Amino acid sequence: MRFRLSYFVIVSSILLFAYFYSQNSIVTSSVVFTAIPFALPLALAAMVGVMCERTGIVNIGIEGTMLVSAFTAFFLGAILKNISAGLFIGIMTGVLVGLLLSVMTITWKMDQIIAGVIINIMAAGITSFLYRQNYRIPSTFLPIDIPVIGDIPVIGPIVSNHGPITYFGIIFIFGLWVALYKTPWGLRSRSVGEHPSSADTAGVSVVRLRYINVTIAGAVGGLAGSYLALEAVGIFERGFTAGKGFTALAIMIFGRWNPLGAFAAALFFGLSQAVTNQLMIDEVVQIPQQFVTMLPYVLTILILAISAGKVRPPAAEGIPYEKEKV
Amino acid sequence: MTNLLEVENLSKRFGSVQANHEISLTVKPGEIVALLGENGAGKSTLVKAVIGLVKPDSGVIRVKGEELPYGDTAEAIARGIGMVHQHFQLVPVMSVTENLVLGDEPTKFGFIQMQKAKRETAELSKRYGLAIDPDAIIEDLPVGMAQRVEILKALRRDVSLLILDEPTAVLTPQETDELLEVLRNLAKKGVGILFITHKLREVMALADRVVVLRNGKLAGSTTPKESSESQLAQLMVGREVVLHVEKGPGNPTGAALEVRELEVLDDRKLEAVKGLSLQVNAGEILGIAGVEGNGQRELVEAICGMRNRRKGTVRIAGKEVPNLKPHEVHAAGVSHIPEDRERHGLVASYSIADNLVLNRFDQEPFAKGWIRNLDAVASNGEELVERYDIRTPSASAPASSLSGGNKQKTVVARELSQDLPVVVASQPTRGVDVGSIEFIHKQLISARDRGAAVLLVSAELDEILSLSDRVAVLYGGKIVATFDSKFANRDEIGRLMAGSQGAHS
Repeated sequence: MRFRLSYFVIVSSILLFAYFYSQNSIVTSSVVFTAIPFALPLALAAMVGVMCERTGIVNIGIEGTMLVSAFTAFFLGAILKNISAGLFIGIMTGVLVGLLLSVMTITWKMDQIIAGVIINIMAAGITSFLYRQNYRIPSTFLPIDIPVIGDIPVIGPIVSNHGPITYFGIIFIFGLWVALYKTPWGLRSRSVGEHPSSADTAGVSVVRLRYINVTIAGAVGGLAGSYLALEAVGIFERGFTAGKGFTALAIMIFGRWNPLGAFAAALFFGLSQAVTNQLMIDEVVQIPQQFVTMLPYVLTILILAISAGKVRPPAAEGIPYEKEKV
Repeated sequence: MTNLLEVENLSKRFGSVQANHEISLTVKPGEIVALLGENGAGKSTLVKAVIGLVKPDSGVIRVKGEELPYGDTAEAIARGIGMVHQHFQLVPVMSVTENLVLGDEPTKFGFIQMQKAKRETAELSKRYGLAIDPDAIIEDLPVGMAQRVEILKALRRDVSLLILDEPTAVLTPQETDELLEVLRNLAKKGVGILFITHKLREVMALADRVVVLRNGKLAGSTTPKESSESQLAQLMVGREVVLHVEKGPGNPTGAALEVRELEVLDDRKLEAVKGLSLQVNAGEILGIAGVEGNGQRELVEAICGMRNRRKGTVRIAGKEVPNLKPHEVHAAGVSHIPEDRERHGLVASYSIADNLVLNRFDQEPFAKGWIRNLDAVASNGEELVERYDIRTPSASAPASSLSGGNKQKTVVARELSQDLPVVVASQPTRGVDVGSIEFIHKQLISARDRGAAVLLVSAELDEILSLSDRVAVLYGGKIVATFDSKFANRDEIGRLMAGSQGAHS
């Protein structure tokens, strides 16, 4: 079998975990526990990328989708004093952004990169302009203590006590993997991203499937934004998503456009961030805060440099489909 | 017997081009109908309208007496129309089975039943005698096999009408014969077959009825029994065509192009040309016969400076030429008619006149030092447009405005108007109408007659046989046999092209 970097990363992570756990079980557990909230928004955002690019639409507007969804989720959650309503509105915002991207890229056949840039710029502009201080949501989504599983040694303290969006998100990622590789929807989606005219001649509507997938992906982007505002942090600031939507694209590529691969890559990102935080807290290393904040971006560059040229994106990515030019 | 397919007065316009004008056509069950016409005659548009990939402007399409809605592929498939496309409609990274079930997957609880699908694939391939591995990945398959998958894909949906768009364009003569046999068997089972082609020989061998299109209009309908190849050609082109290439005996003198022990890698870094040697004498045409993908492209590109040679030497007019850039090879005396005129032959957005000096725009008289001489370019353009019969309102029109045949004539004009000692012509008539083919063939022969060494690479065996003085068969990156064209035997060459051993001459 071919050597795959992702496997190497997974295996060495498990070995390292075992080593550190034997040294200091409490700190190690808590580091891995915090890795999950770091990883989840990246993983969900990467799913947006996977769903879009697998059907041939490049979505660099993930960042904007998350930002504007986090904004609406937070402020409407605060105004209505109901975070569930906020979550719903956040997801619907994502749906609208997904529809906007669909119209621009599928119907108008715009350059997909430019369409994504439009979304990002609009999101940054609107959220900064409408931003107001002194709004508060009643509470964040509270952690759930999972019975039975939470009591399992070693694993229990890591996987239990996360928020509801986290659990839903993880289930969604596995579900997306199954759907993509085991269902007609997945086969059709992948064929549309690879060779759309094959799908079209087999009676699969390329336009409809792209619309559906990009819109659902928008909802997932909305979920990722809402998660940040309503479960992870509980506040909203200008430029709140801090490039997570772009990092997610690197994660998607690193995960080879595969939901589980991207999830593993996101966990790796989350873990590296959690480890660095812990090192700072323990004052093991003295590095300026700025370098720590740089970490995700440096990792993004490194990972893209490593995987560049080795991965094969969906062949029809970025190309508008012209039915009459089969 | 009721008609399987009835097309009545179908019209379709693309911009300013009337692709189909009031075309009517019928196919009966078990009948094989050939749709014949030049490139751009509207054959593909017509069948795409039938299968719903193109929305017609007006006209009626009936399947088994019932009208078919416009532009609804899924409905057309559901009514029993299957199509084998000229460009295979297969997802390269997916398996045979995945491609077969795409759009109509067997499912249980919403999941694809891949095992069941594989069994179905195996059964289907057995039932129609088209052997295929259900797990093979499409991009690993040779074209003949990929086409089988295309046919099986159509058959899987229980087709009553099978449409094939130029199915033999990429096949070896043997594969073609196999395909014709498969089609005959399908017709016996009651499947109506509508196949597009511009190869007259296949029409005569296979069709029950021939429908000829010209310039988007119905030019005539006949049967092979009632007509001859030359009559059909005349219907296609609208005037008398010389099918047979008139050429006198060659007058070969010494070697003008010599290739020794050439080794070249392809894009995937695999060895595509494996120690190939050949010699083309001044005043002769050497035809390279072979199925595409046996190293033709790499051979031509290595000679013309578009690809580095790993080993081996190339001599032009006795002088050894190292790995050079294309313009240096040109300066050394090689004209090149590239395989892909759109990518390597022309700059689509430049004018025809500019395209006609692409390889010497920086030389006298087209430039003086750093300054281009646009008057010389323009007058050269007008002269060549006239001499090479390039149909355009003006030499200053962009090359993209030309039809395929006229684009190719532009490339031919540029390359052959210079009288260089070596001419490398790769697929010179691919996708070109019959009239232009005739013209280009004449030009290649006149290049030979003035003493050029012509290396002709073509996927069309008929073209090779009619033009060449000698024929070399390329298989697996090597020349497996060379014949004097007077003694060349079509069947034997076909077998050699397919890889079976034959006597070396």
